[in-house]
Amino acid sequence: MARSNEPIFWSLFSAGGVVAAFFMPITILLTVIAVPAGLISAEGLRQLASHPLTRLYLFVLISLPMFHWAHRFRFVAVDLGCKSISGILPVVCYGTALVVTLLALFHLVT
Amino acid sequence: MSVDAIETKSKEYIRPMPANWWMTKKTYVSFIVRELTCIFVGGYALFLLVLAARLEEPEAFAAWLNSPLLIILQIVALPMVLYHSITWINLTPKVMVVWRGEERVSPLVIAGANYVAWAILSIAIFYLVCI
Repeated sequence: MARSNEPIFWSLFSAGGVVAAFFMPITILLTVIAVPAGLISAEGLRQLASHPLTRLYLFVLISLPMFHWAHRFRFVAVDLGCKSISGILPVVCYGTALVVTLLALFHLVT
Repeated sequence: MSVDAIETKSKEYIRPMPANWWMTKKTYVSFIVRELTCIFVGGYALFLLVLAARLEEPEAFAAWLNSPLLIILQIVALPMVLYHSITWINLTPKVMVVWRGEERVSPLVIAGANYVAWAILSIAIFYLVCI
């Protein structure tokens, strides 16, 4: 049987799907409503986001959902007719997710 | 010469697929919408990445949160991400088949437990941040 990287990418897709499903809606609510509604100030949110545990939360909520996007997008783009670029799509998609992961690591760890 | 080395010279027939194939059935449309939610999931992750990049700059951090365009984009993204959450949780009983002795745990129980966990986590995070 040919070796394939599919299980790795599928695992990251699946982990990102879980993280996005459970944590993204409430986080969007917090960044879009909590500040204008005066529940928390932008500065309060910034100080909270500087805490090491929140940094870890943000890292997980940036990196894994990007791999989720990469995996779904490469297939749905082909489903919608982008067959001619199906060869480079995985490289571009997973590459973007990897770059975003490294950028998130850089910004959240320093 | 091994069998593997023989190449077929005939041209493979590829059935033409019109670009709008997914518009022909309701289930196809909801499948494509579900798959396209990934754009909003990834888009919001990028929003968070820029927010993280501005952690040390209070003004830039606040400006990113208060940008009217980004607020509108988030309001558009929220229902799409919710659609992702609902379709994802509804699929968990198909992926996770749980057996209790000889009996299979009802798919409704598995999905229901996930919905309860989702609600508790969301409320807990809201309280942690806002109260």
